[in-house]
Amino acid sequence: MRAMVIDDSRAMRMILKRIVTKLSFEAIEAGDGQEALDLLAAMPEVPELALIDWNMPNVNGLEFVTTVRGDPRLREMTLVMVTTESEQSQIVRALAAGAHEYVIKPFTEGAMIEKLALLGLVPTGANS
Amino acid sequence: MTLSGSDFAFVAQMVRREAAIVLAPGKEYLVEARLLPVAREAGAPSVAVFLAELQRRPDPVLQRSIVDALTTNETSWFRDREPFTALTDVIVPELIRTRAGTRKVRVWSAASSSGQEAYSLAITLQEALPPGWSYEILGSDISNEMIKRAQIGEYSQVEVNRGLPAPQLIQYFERNGAHWRVAPALRRNVSFRLLNITAPLPPMPPFDVIFLRNVLIYFDVATKKAVLRNVARLLRPDGWLFLGAAETTIGIDDNYERVAAGRTSAYRLRSAVPSGAARRG
Repeated sequence: MRAMVIDDSRAMRMILKRIVTKLSFEAIEAGDGQEALDLLAAMPEVPELALIDWNMPNVNGLEFVTTVRGDPRLREMTLVMVTTESEQSQIVRALAAGAHEYVIKPFTEGAMIEKLALLGLVPTGANS
Repeated sequence: MTLSGSDFAFVAQMVRREAAIVLAPGKEYLVEARLLPVAREAGAPSVAVFLAELQRRPDPVLQRSIVDALTTNETSWFRDREPFTALTDVIVPELIRTRAGTRKVRVWSAASSSGQEAYSLAITLQEALPPGWSYEILGSDISNEMIKRAQIGEYSQVEVNRGLPAPQLIQYFERNGAHWRVAPALRRNVSFRLLNITAPLPPMPPFDVIFLRNVLIYFDVATKKAVLRNVARLLRPDGWLFLGAAETTIGIDDNYERVAAGRTSAYRLRSAVPSGAARRG
């Protein structure tokens, strides 16, 4: 399985990459939403999962989610927002746009794994 | 079974040195509860004996496990998932048949800690019960501090990240500054009270479902027997008891029988299980 890690912070991409790698995903990094969309366009197969920051240059996380949901080829991707945006109204917006889950920064590794487990993306025993 | 002042100071100093976490006085209960499994694992009969030995003979590995035990927050929403799924898929459909007369379900979260389990049960029933049904959740704990926290029903950003699906966060919680507060619609069905489940319990109407998870591990066999006896009196004859994944009634209390509940197991009183067993008086 493959996971896209989309964040303009290199440090955050490293943290997320470490977590998804632990869960046996191959990680693909992108520094913003546009870069992620460009990478996706060039991929013959769509990754199963994307972890998406909200505030990024060019195409932000919400715009990325909206674009992915509107593209039949990308519709199967599981989308998880990972952001410091913590207002209730923002979470409502992201879910309405089509995000499946929402993780508020800061988060612990355990919390991220629990969220991915909710989405059925954690192999049994991987979070013990 | 509260920790002595000097034992507490020893642990507080260690955790401060190793993890920069300050354990304020008044957290003796928390330290004791978290360290009991560590002490048991190390073969000590009690936390006091365990700490006395450690002070005589320092052991870096054990010190590390103490620090971990005190810095890991184990409380998450819908913890272990399967019991909640079983409630939705197996138990609620049965209760809809058997409680059609009263249309009311009572559930007890017997060691409710900071309240996540009780509120997770409330969310589950809110979504699983048909319109026109009502439910009551009782959360109980031995710590007054935890009861107060659970009653307030307010959780930090970090706490709501733990296992709570985002759609349920926005539906059942309200943002309150840096915290999230359980919405009144959910909270009015949940109450909390201070109870020591190892002692005789006050009379209460019986429960359809009891969650007593990761509690028995803290007790010796005699106390386990007393707790299970107390619980049996408050479980309806056809009710369901959930224990933690590493716990069982087998070899401790023969009044219970383990039964399948979805993809996990639960316990029911033998008199309710159609196995030809004699009814309890």
